[in-house]
Amino acid sequence: MPRTFYANMQIQPLIDGKSELTHAAEPPQEVVISTRVRLARNLQGHPFPGWAKTAQRRDVLTACEQAIASLDAMQRGAVLEIENLSDLEKQVLVERHLISRELSAHGVGSGVVVSPDQAVAIMINEEDHLRIQVLRSGYHFNDIWEAIDAIDTSLEGQLDYAFSEEIGYLTACPTNVGTGLRASVMMHLPGLVLASQMEKVVRAVNQLGMVVRGLFGEGSDASGSLFQISNQQTLGESEADIIRRLGSVIETIKEQEINARLRLVENEPLKLADKIGRAFGILQHGHVLSSSEAMNFLSLIRLAVDLGLLPSEQRAQVDRLFLECQPGHIQFAARENIDSEGRDIARARMLREETVRMPPLNFDKLAFS
Amino acid sequence: MAKPPDCSHCQKPATIHLTQIVNNEIKKLDFCEDCPHQKGVTDPAGFSLADLLSSGDEESFSGNQSAVSECPSCGFSPKNFKKLGRLGCPDCYTSLEDFIEPMLAKMHRGTHHNGKFPHGLVSRILFQRKVRETEEALQSAVESENYEEAAKLRDELKALQSSPESTNFSHG
Repeated sequence: MPRTFYANMQIQPLIDGKSELTHAAEPPQEVVISTRVRLARNLQGHPFPGWAKTAQRRDVLTACEQAIASLDAMQRGAVLEIENLSDLEKQVLVERHLISRELSAHGVGSGVVVSPDQAVAIMINEEDHLRIQVLRSGYHFNDIWEAIDAIDTSLEGQLDYAFSEEIGYLTACPTNVGTGLRASVMMHLPGLVLASQMEKVVRAVNQLGMVVRGLFGEGSDASGSLFQISNQQTLGESEADIIRRLGSVIETIKEQEINARLRLVENEPLKLADKIGRAFGILQHGHVLSSSEAMNFLSLIRLAVDLGLLPSEQRAQVDRLFLECQPGHIQFAARENIDSEGRDIARARMLREETVRMPPLNFDKLAFS
Repeated sequence: MAKPPDCSHCQKPATIHLTQIVNNEIKKLDFCEDCPHQKGVTDPAGFSLADLLSSGDEESFSGNQSAVSECPSCGFSPKNFKKLGRLGCPDCYTSLEDFIEPMLAKMHRGTHHNGKFPHGLVSRILFQRKVRETEEALQSAVESENYEEAAKLRDELKALQSSPESTNFSHG
């Protein structure tokens, strides 16, 4: 039965726990926020989730949950079945990138298993029987590939994967067949956005067979100047080649972003200082803030950290706030049902409390007279 | 009125006109009703050609696709794909190959898997090879009346066939 928001929340331990996104072991970097790899896998002899009957979906869910339970990485993990979650809980999980919007819309027979540090999330009966995801703060393709490869190999020992020697891992959508791999990097690109160059970047990236999406994937907007860059093609190249090619695209975009920032600092320091100063002022003193407004202001604060206007320790706080100012997180923290206007007030209050303790902006770093 | 263009493949008048944009280059192709099928030109036209044919000439489309219209394992048909954008089951890739393969060529960088192989599959192949080699060695030992060797190989084969790998792989 669906629970209402004030009932006992199954996801509370995830919110309270230290997660990779909110409390990463390493300090966050400039430009690249996080790296993610997912593998799509299916079981031989079972219809894909979108074509399966409820009983068939349940069979797959049980088989997958059992296999996942034996993984070292998933010990003491949270096992969540979608039909037992409230809409709010699902929204919080989407905001944390632990489940997709698609999984959230599924009902019976779908689930997710999340590791205690939330770095590993395995969705069951989303578009494919299994969607294995490993996510880390910062830029870490090699470590992530090693981790996800080990999880995949260990699951494969217990589950009979659908695989063809010619076209690789068989997936519900032909766009994922082959490696079933999507590697993506979340980038913070305020320089390119302010310089109105994102459209050019998107076109160039598309021509290389890669895709640029907003914060929450397909169709989402790019509030906070946050973009996900990922591979589109999965067949014909090895996993290592896909990751290498994406990596070089990421490096190029990062370089372009740094250059765009340098040009802004050199050509329009006053305009930049004004934007950052206003953002800081509103975060510290505003009383009503929508989530996209908050994202855009936080984005400017992260830029301020990168430019040396704030100490680099503040970067982790900004990254955590990117997450905590999302509507689901605000609603969850409120502990009572509030409407959109109430959320904007609660969000502004939270951000005031968070930013009031930040040191003042050091505008000396921007050399304007 | 200008004369309609001739088919790119034969001299009959073209009734299907295909315009594609590939890497910012416009390519135009003209076909008569018969040629796309005969020439196997279902892609790079892909979806658009299938759509064109199914709306314009339902009979000829389904007639040429008649070999397989439904996956025997799950009952899924290409018609369902147009609605759902997803396939029915892993077997669809074999049973609806004619429908899926052209799409793959259009979507991906290659048409052959170049990545990870399930480790289980690799050991399955190695196991099957070992069984085959032992069987062949046994056969030739029997033929050359080397009964001592044959007895040894027969024991080896029996051991292989009763090993846990053998039961694991019996289904596939």
